[in-house]
Amino acid sequence: MSTNNLAEKAAFETINGVGTVDLSVQTVRDLNQALHDQHDEMTIEKWDVLNPKGHHNLAVGVDQKLKIDIHGPAGYYCAGMNQEAEITIHGHTGQGVAENMMSGVVRVKGNASSAAGATAHGGLLIIEGDAGSRCGISMKGVDILVKGSVGHMSCFMGQAGVLAVCGDAGDALGDSLYEAHIYVKGSVKSLGADCIEKEMRAEHIEELTELFERAGVTDQDPRDFKRYGSARQLYNFKVDNAGAY
Amino acid sequence: MSEKRKYMTVPRESATFDRSTMSEIRRAADTGIYDIRGAGAKRKLPHFDDLLFLGASMSRYPLEGYREKCNTSVTLGNRFAKKPIELEIPITIAGMSFGALSAYAKEALGRGASAVGTSTTTGDGGMTPEERGQSTKLVYQYLPSRYGMNPDDLRKADAIEVVLGQGAKPGGGGMLLGQKITDRVAKMRTLPKGVDQRSACRHPDWTGPDDLEIKIKELREITDWQVPIYIKVGATRTYYDVKLAVKAGADVIVVDGMQGGTAATQDVFIEHVGIPTMAAIPQAVQALQEMGMHRKVQLIVSGGIRNGADVAKCMALGADAVAIGTAAMVALGDNDPMWEEEYQKLGSTAGSYDDWHEGRDPAGISTQDPELMKRFDPIEGGRRLANYLRVLTLEAQTLARACGKNDLRNLEPEDLVALTVESAAMARVPLAGTNWIPGQQQAF
Repeated sequence: MSTNNLAEKAAFETINGVGTVDLSVQTVRDLNQALHDQHDEMTIEKWDVLNPKGHHNLAVGVDQKLKIDIHGPAGYYCAGMNQEAEITIHGHTGQGVAENMMSGVVRVKGNASSAAGATAHGGLLIIEGDAGSRCGISMKGVDILVKGSVGHMSCFMGQAGVLAVCGDAGDALGDSLYEAHIYVKGSVKSLGADCIEKEMRAEHIEELTELFERAGVTDQDPRDFKRYGSARQLYNFKVDNAGAY
Repeated sequence: MSEKRKYMTVPRESATFDRSTMSEIRRAADTGIYDIRGAGAKRKLPHFDDLLFLGASMSRYPLEGYREKCNTSVTLGNRFAKKPIELEIPITIAGMSFGALSAYAKEALGRGASAVGTSTTTGDGGMTPEERGQSTKLVYQYLPSRYGMNPDDLRKADAIEVVLGQGAKPGGGGMLLGQKITDRVAKMRTLPKGVDQRSACRHPDWTGPDDLEIKIKELREITDWQVPIYIKVGATRTYYDVKLAVKAGADVIVVDGMQGGTAATQDVFIEHVGIPTMAAIPQAVQALQEMGMHRKVQLIVSGGIRNGADVAKCMALGADAVAIGTAAMVALGDNDPMWEEEYQKLGSTAGSYDDWHEGRDPAGISTQDPELMKRFDPIEGGRRLANYLRVLTLEAQTLARACGKNDLRNLEPEDLVALTVESAAMARVPLAGTNWIPGQQQAF
């Protein structure tokens, strides 16, 4: 075990070259500052976060190609606004995991609570368990792969990107959808306003295949999925559509 | 014998069904669509004109108007932020989006505000380089839509304003109709060109004050606790909203009354939701005082601020600063009679034009039309805004000195009286010539 000058300043340890923050001793502030300090010059690429115990706001605003493993459950907004980092949560996450992510990869080994990937502009979010309500709400370019099921109002006002669900989807999927692409393998309880099932063409098989490859998913066949998208009937106000609002 | 004179009743217009009301009924019957417009409430509301200052005489000493100093500077956001905002004047520019306004207009707002040492604010459309470049102090709005939101711009901001609502439409989301969704606006918002953009009324990843507390900490963590975080609410249940905002960890609270403008929303929303600005301030101040946070969490008030008297009255009621939006647009040249002929072609008249959402603003301010935008000079616009802000400041100082105050924030409710029973009750100051404050005998 060694402790360098930066470590002393930022209150973390380096163990075999891995930056280690133990949240039973150090604070969330210590963790995030240590990660942010890597922006100008990356001196430590790999990071372990121990004893997260559901703390909120872990590894938020990271803007460097770090590899961060969070060993346990995380609270709200874990990996929020991530840029470039590869963050793995070895447990469940609270609300808003990877919210407004710009790039990089966030992987949740367990379940994710509501608003996973909310408003995210880019990058890849993989949830190996289930996701709660509003998964991918207002997504703006992120790709989200959920190996389990998603809750109600998922992809609400989705603007861009892909939401792929290997399980089932809850009520009002894709309500008020813009241009995000939705793929669901299982059942859809109901579709939201202006969301319709669409033909699964070759380019969509290709899009899903590529997403599975990036996510390291090998046990899914894109041809088993159905595609949903915007009917684009509510893009401009028409009084005849008043009942749909 | 002369013919008997006939007496005719003069045609009498109904106060209930006046011409404007009937024209709206006809328009609704013709189109089947509610009226959408910009600006704030146009109905007559209890407002700051219903308040008067008690200048000094025997019982109070005034300050010399041209010799003795009257401080106007204010520090915002020193509760938690490492870098609070230092303003030279307590008059800020409210959030107005690129999209609703042209890039030149946003630039002019930055130029004008910077020239007098105050801040300007982004809007529902992200931060433009023009605006950041010309604004020495820029507040970055964090809105439900999160259009253009990114951590790089977040870190460029001098403060972050979490917007829960605005006075023109508390409980409603933003609206930008397809005419103004040009290529650049569409790209910044990640939307198809030409769609009617109706942004969400709620934030997507939190649902109440306990969640908001965590969200604010996230924003602080991302920005390393450097900059202040504001919470903006539309004035409705202001007493409770302010208490919850303090609990959620706000450094600064912005309360926007129903006279506050919007780029576009339903007329019925603007005129029938919210409370007047004057009624909101005492509620906010009471909430802060009860929590021991008055002056520690700063209060910015907006909605219908027009002149230095309005500024001084807001501060006397307990605000730390004010924000202006509609008045700033007028200072830039909005609704200028020089464009009267063109306003008439649009079915309006100078002073009444509020179809900002249509993107055909003759003054070139609330438009994305390249030809109309050319009419507006951001340098001249910035100069005009700076002049106007200086006048507001001088006027407010004049009134403060007359009340014997050497700092605008030393103005107090005791310096005010009300002209009407309604304004006395709302502002919680005595009816002029009496010691009667209606409603003060009852607990809130």
